[in-house]
Amino acid sequence: MNFETTIGLEVHVELKTQSKMFSPSPVSYGAAPNTMTNVIDWGFPGVLPSINKGAYSYGIMVALALHAKIAEFTHFDRKNYFYPDNPKAYQITQAEQPLATDGWVEIEVDGKKKKIGIAELHVEEDAGKNQHEADGYSYVDLNRQGTPLVEIVSKPDIASPEEAYQYLEQLRQIVQFTGASDVKMEEGSMRVDTNLSVSPIGSDKWGTKTEIKNLNSFNHVRDGLAYEQKRQQAVLRAGGLIRQETRRWDVDKKETILMRVKEGADDYRYFPEPDLPPVHVTQEWIKDVQASLPEAPAQRRARYVNEWGIPEYDAGVLTQTLEMANFFEAAVAAGADAKQASNWLMGEVSGYLNAEHLELKDVALTPAHLAAMINLIQDGTISSKIAKKVFQEIIKNDTDPKAWVEQKGLVQLSDPAKLTPIITEILDNNQQSIDDFKAGKDRAIGFLVGNIMKQTRGKANPKVVNQILMTEIKKR
Amino acid sequence: MISKESVAHVAELARLSFSEAELQQYTAQMDDILNMFEQLEAVDTTNVAPTTQSIHLQNVMRADEAVNETKTEDLFKNVPTYKGTLIQVPAIIDKEED
Repeated sequence: MNFETTIGLEVHVELKTQSKMFSPSPVSYGAAPNTMTNVIDWGFPGVLPSINKGAYSYGIMVALALHAKIAEFTHFDRKNYFYPDNPKAYQITQAEQPLATDGWVEIEVDGKKKKIGIAELHVEEDAGKNQHEADGYSYVDLNRQGTPLVEIVSKPDIASPEEAYQYLEQLRQIVQFTGASDVKMEEGSMRVDTNLSVSPIGSDKWGTKTEIKNLNSFNHVRDGLAYEQKRQQAVLRAGGLIRQETRRWDVDKKETILMRVKEGADDYRYFPEPDLPPVHVTQEWIKDVQASLPEAPAQRRARYVNEWGIPEYDAGVLTQTLEMANFFEAAVAAGADAKQASNWLMGEVSGYLNAEHLELKDVALTPAHLAAMINLIQDGTISSKIAKKVFQEIIKNDTDPKAWVEQKGLVQLSDPAKLTPIITEILDNNQQSIDDFKAGKDRAIGFLVGNIMKQTRGKANPKVVNQILMTEIKKR
Repeated sequence: MISKESVAHVAELARLSFSEAELQQYTAQMDDILNMFEQLEAVDTTNVAPTTQSIHLQNVMRADEAVNETKTEDLFKNVPTYKGTLIQVPAIIDKEED
């Protein structure tokens, strides 16, 4: 029996606002517990929530970036539940009429492009955080309570774990480039809920879906879904039935483990939020947000390819993060050759960041210094070998490459008047190599060049050395 | 007519526990309340758009500015047990909410 897979993803993205969705208390990450929260977040009697316009505008921004249709009239609803991470016993969300519907994200898997539909996006508030301790109690920090969120719900278009991975990657990029969210899985500003079902190919009925939790990185999502896909297929092949259940991805065992079986639909008793008047999104408001919407990664990639002749693959790498794309463009603006800047960023810079587990913002390298170094290579002042030394300096320290190269005496030796005497002296001492070369042993040249480099402590310009060497050998 | 089972279900969702006598009493009371609301059905709303509000306001919003004026110690006056500035609650086992 062959199966087809259907994956659904619900992605929560924290909006990068100053204040919370329905209260003026500050949005923060890493503050002391319960210091960034107020009576509205705690749902004290008699408090009145108010809508954060900046947060709603960010929501509109994300919706526009995802090509979704924005609802003109919406209101908020209460979703009722009891849990210690939310002392109000309800979450304010948009259940009946979401912020926007019907968007899409384009992904590419195995060279094939595919549009993944987005069913809806809605604005809501985050809950607090629970931590469980060995003393038999749990502890609650409500700093996160009320942080603005956009939840993005995919249509049942995702057909494989790899497509799910690509969808998340594209979604993260697009949202990051709007500036509406940091979208960091590791800090919880992007969180993913997944569900998956399989059904025999050609079947007109959906299979029963399971939910998979504890997927804390895109790789975990891909691995967890791949495991669950195989597990469900095996159950069905053996004549079994899939139950509607929630499973947990075990990172060490690399398998999904049953958490609980779902009995009946959750009963959240939604009703319209009586404390908040409805929202009317005017065309003017949408236009204002549209005008402030930064360039999307796809547009940037197209510009790099068309205007600067960057290969498509490279343009893709450069636009993986907003930070990298901005750095690249700043280096070009500072006078760097675009192709060279791209090569350095994808090669040495990325290599260094990966090895040291750092991000661009953590290193001393500036776009201007990268541009200056590239120009030193291109005008022949330094060799590409010396450039690697310069790079090690400017990535760690705020050093001007030109001044540093001069001060350290690393300027490339290109003057024939200075190089010729060194070369002739080496030739005088190595008659055997000259004979070997004339006898057709090309390797002898390498030996001679090596000696010249040693003599000049690597500063000789290899191009000039080769020219002089050939001319001098011919003379003998 | 609302059933006793519905009332018991809503009570459970609200984490309330009732005796059999209370359940009988509240079922009758809720039935009266619902019957009273049903009188509204006599009003013809054929050409009236649905609404979620009874006041004619929209877009009552505030600018995105942070104000941190509630002191943690004031909030904690209503917290029976805590550790540092963390609220202590009975152990939560294996349940996650979105």
